[in-house]
Amino acid sequence: MSTTAERTDVLVIGSGFGGAIAAYHLAAGGADVTVLERGPWLESKEFEHDYKLGSSYTRAFDFTVGDGMSILGGNCVGGGSVVYFAAMPRAPRFVFDRQGSIGRRMWPQAVSRDTLDPWYDRVEESLSVTRQDWNDVSYAGGLWAAACNHAGRTANPLAVAIDNTKCVNCNWMMAGCRFEAKQSLLVNYLPAAIAHGARIRPLHEVQHLSRTPEGSYRVHYNVVHDDDYRLQAGSGVIEAKIVVMAAGAGATPVILQRSEAHLGTMPRAVGRYFSGNGERLNTAIIDEAKAAELFGLDRGDGLAYAANQIGKGPTVASWDRLDGSLPEFSRYSLEQLYFPPGLGTILAQVPGATGPSWFGKEKKEILKQWTSWLTIFTMIEDDNEGVFGPPPATGNAHRISQQMLGRGNLRYEPTKNTLGAWAASDAEVKEILEKDGLAKVMPWTNDLVGAYTVHPLSSCRMGDDPHTSALDDSNELRDHPGIFVTDGSSVPGALTVNPAMTIAALAERAMPGIVRAAQSRGISVTYGAPAPDGSTSGRSRVLPLLPSARG
Amino acid sequence: MTLEAYADTIVPGQKRFADDRAIAGVSTGGGAVQAGALELLQWDATGIHEGLDDLVRLVNEHALAYAAERRLTPDPTVPPFVALDYPDRAALIQRLTTPGHPEKEFWVLLSLFCNMAFDSAAHLNTAQAMEDGHPGLEAMGLSMPDADGLWRFQDYSYRREFARLHPDTTSTGSPA
Repeated sequence: MSTTAERTDVLVIGSGFGGAIAAYHLAAGGADVTVLERGPWLESKEFEHDYKLGSSYTRAFDFTVGDGMSILGGNCVGGGSVVYFAAMPRAPRFVFDRQGSIGRRMWPQAVSRDTLDPWYDRVEESLSVTRQDWNDVSYAGGLWAAACNHAGRTANPLAVAIDNTKCVNCNWMMAGCRFEAKQSLLVNYLPAAIAHGARIRPLHEVQHLSRTPEGSYRVHYNVVHDDDYRLQAGSGVIEAKIVVMAAGAGATPVILQRSEAHLGTMPRAVGRYFSGNGERLNTAIIDEAKAAELFGLDRGDGLAYAANQIGKGPTVASWDRLDGSLPEFSRYSLEQLYFPPGLGTILAQVPGATGPSWFGKEKKEILKQWTSWLTIFTMIEDDNEGVFGPPPATGNAHRISQQMLGRGNLRYEPTKNTLGAWAASDAEVKEILEKDGLAKVMPWTNDLVGAYTVHPLSSCRMGDDPHTSALDDSNELRDHPGIFVTDGSSVPGALTVNPAMTIAALAERAMPGIVRAAQSRGISVTYGAPAPDGSTSGRSRVLPLLPSARG
Repeated sequence: MTLEAYADTIVPGQKRFADDRAIAGVSTGGGAVQAGALELLQWDATGIHEGLDDLVRLVNEHALAYAAERRLTPDPTVPPFVALDYPDRAALIQRLTTPGHPEKEFWVLLSLFCNMAFDSAAHLNTAQAMEDGHPGLEAMGLSMPDADGLWRFQDYSYRREFARLHPDTTSTGSPA
């Protein structure tokens, strides 16, 4: 096999935030870069407004059901950025001091809000992150803000990576943005990487890694059928001196688990400490008359709200509980969110149900009020309870449907810390939204597919303690030099806010070190590329902190 | 008929004809059956199409056991699950989908697709389904797309300042 393997300097697994950022910097610096992406490569014109199985809506992501936790993750070129809602807040300062259940700081000492801020700056520049104003806020966000204010809370329009001049508020972001308003990686880092020579191979699903006698890596992949991901259309091997793993927190540890037989013992933390970012959803059924009466809401056509379908994902969040003086597991954010039908609607429960709460006669009645739903997304501090069992035969899950649905081996049993934080956040959502009869609220049930995360994290996390972290503070896999992990799996724990910004900033932060590692392996590459559009303001703030990278 | 009864328990609809046994008739308007649940379940894209016969057999076995436990006498002219009244169908599905039930995953999967037939018409092109008056999408109040099959909303915001910002907000809109 080794005589026929293709070769590349750097092999990047996955093309989401962690993969695209690495591919860009390494290609711009002169390295030969190949990206393997397990999902399809969809162009803007292929992003459909269609819930039908087989449309871009189901081709672009995977929903993997585990034991106690289900993961919704990107599955296409651009990864999670194609299906995300473009909310890009920085993590609060206290997050970096979290201890979780290990009893000491879980983040590496080298990473704090202060040390990460320059890298956040760079991402804001690269993805054109802007602070929304009230004119940008959707009806749902406005209603949430009004309710927060009515209950004595503050509320913030979110920082997002959306070009509002192009956004038509269609709310189809999870099927990919047809109008190129959402600043996914398809409109910045990836085209810039390609312009510098990076090659992207869609529908290439990495199975495992092995090592060459020279210390390089062989990356073994299957080719996935274009429409029916249950089918395979071949396999192959690529040899690389550096491997950047960015397959996502639901897949990176699975690939490494499967590689253990070939590479030797993996760090203990590979496939452990998974966090669902503490996520949970509450569905409120808004009393339209009360919304008009309490807040004077008027859409101009006699409707007070009834606008669940309209908008662009989350636009307003309440951060009153993001208070670093509060104890761990009691801090969380409450964010308005649009969640499309088909995936989570079944998990919404009927407030005050006398019969079954998630299906049946009463559930149908609240489905008839769907336009008056307001969904609140809570992000608490969970306890990194998730553990991946033995890897499936291929990929990261046993695929059930032709796309979208699979069964994985993640086991997640929430601790009292997590359950308590969820209960506290649920109670606060209820308090805010049921005040003066505005709405009836119930959290999604965990009984069907377990807890549900759209932001999987920490399954291969960085840290200073080899016992509880798979990566050192340079994102390199312990005891396996030349393998770096830059996706959400490297983030040590739940962030209490949407994590894309932090995943991207950590990937940016890792790049000078990965370039140095590549140089030490004989790859002709330098560090110092500007933002993908050529902007350098972030760079000018970043480089002085990295004298070793300037030469 | 059993699958129809199962789907109708997840999202109930009104009877299609006077002596419709599969549909319990506890709700007005179309339910999962009218929304196309059988069509979706039998489509190989779902991945559960090959197991449907087994699920039908199993749910009828469970229905028989349930009936015996409750000392009910099922009508032998229809499958045992169909013979149950709506509250008993619902109670049985609750039991089968409760955490810890050994077959829970199968029944959750079946329920999920029954629900999807109603709430997203996952077997149909959405714009066409809307035009054809799909009972689920219509009941949920989804608006019609533009002529090109895409949704756009010119009016999307109250354009009002509703609340004070959190005092610890950075100039770029993040938590400080």
